[in-house]
Amino acid sequence: MAIDTKKCVGCSDCVVACQTENDVPIGHCRDWVVEVMDGTYPQLEIELRSERCNHCKNSPCVRCCPTGASHYSDGGIVLVTKNECIGCSACITSCPYDARYVHPDGYVDKCTFCLHRVKKGMQPACVAVCPTKCMYFGDLDDPGSEVSEVLKKRKYKTLIPEAGTKPQLYFLI
Amino acid sequence: MREEIIVSGRNNPLIDPQLHVWHWEIPTYLFLGGLAAGVMFFAALYYLRGRENDYRTAVKLAPMIAPIALALGLIALFLDLHHKLYFWRLYTTIRLESPMSWGAWTLMIVTPVSIIWSALHIKELFPNWDWKFDFAKELIGFFEKNKKVLAWIMLISSAILGIYTGILFSAFNARPLWNTSIMGPLFLASGLSAGSAVVIWMSKNHAERKRFAQLDLMIIGIELFLIIHMFMGFLASTQVQIDAVNLFLGGPYTASFWGFVVILGMIVPAILEGLELKGYKIPVAIPVVLVLFGSVMLRFIISNAGQASRWLY
Repeated sequence: MAIDTKKCVGCSDCVVACQTENDVPIGHCRDWVVEVMDGTYPQLEIELRSERCNHCKNSPCVRCCPTGASHYSDGGIVLVTKNECIGCSACITSCPYDARYVHPDGYVDKCTFCLHRVKKGMQPACVAVCPTKCMYFGDLDDPGSEVSEVLKKRKYKTLIPEAGTKPQLYFLI
Repeated sequence: MREEIIVSGRNNPLIDPQLHVWHWEIPTYLFLGGLAAGVMFFAALYYLRGRENDYRTAVKLAPMIAPIALALGLIALFLDLHHKLYFWRLYTTIRLESPMSWGAWTLMIVTPVSIIWSALHIKELFPNWDWKFDFAKELIGFFEKNKKVLAWIMLISSAILGIYTGILFSAFNARPLWNTSIMGPLFLASGLSAGSAVVIWMSKNHAERKRFAQLDLMIIGIELFLIIHMFMGFLASTQVQIDAVNLFLGGPYTASFWGFVVILGMIVPAILEGLELKGYKIPVAIPVVLVLFGSVMLRFIISNAGQASRWLY
């Protein structure tokens, strides 16, 4: 997924869409919007980022899971199998992005890139609802996909690449 | 100036505003596991060296607290799980990359070994003990015959258990304070120190107490050496690790770490044990309680401070 920090206006529609689509329990969220303010008034610069699980290629959460509940699905999306998760929270402590939380039912929950929608050929809820169309979702292995195209043209960064997790959320800058 | 805030609001319980997902359960288990590893290690070591009659407490009596400590530790671990009814999933798979999987399987070996070892010596504590059933007597006879093999298994598995209590933390790169391989040896040393302290406390034999006081002094020396190296390593590392270790160097955990763990838990008992070895009369309970207290505090403080340490973000 690529997210255009220049187009994002920080409206948090993605957060609400996710909560609605995925029945995220009240008081929890799988995605959130970060505002970074640089400089001193009147020379200010704002960067807005819609953040979620980075679906890392080298996921510490998958590595440390003692039961294999955290796993890579086909295509690289990082998922948790509810009835294999024991709720030990090792994955939560292992995530440098704090992208996971304990669901009130006991298992650990996180962004799934709305795999249930993607399988039907739809976009993830956050991408579909974005009023500024600042998010691009698709197959990074397919050089012709929209997300691959935009990453060819634009400068981008990933979050804390030095943590070595190979994050797969690309922020266009 | 840079200011970074979550503007959409995020208040995930146990995560925000700062990770606090592991409470008393994990450090309590790590202490009890370390303690069990300590007493079992010395029991196996001195049995294999043929000193079971010289060091009767260490070989025969002290290991009896291991199954109790492990049982209490397992209860704490179970309480920590959020999806409790699925705990058996730990034993339907072996995940070599996951320290917690290693820990679960190590416990699967260590716990029965600790129970068998205690059963073999139960007559030391209750001279009139009777196994009643023939199969139980046969089983005890079988383990009695293979005691040497059992001792080797106990020696190795208890060392793995002791190291694992630290590796559990060090495997998390997301929490810079934990992310040092020194945690393994440090927690093993702390567990061995707690184990030898318990032997000193339980033993009535002067020679045995002297030997374990010497051992404990040496282990405390090793612990201090490891702690110094931990700080050197962190301070020579990247900014995230410098920030992490600053939690102990002026940050919110400074007083508790140096006061409770290093001074009260290591230096003071080391001085008292040293004085005792020189012939001064010191109530044995004081250094022992301090060592155990330091061992508990080490785990609580490392667990809490580690969750407070994070990447620049």
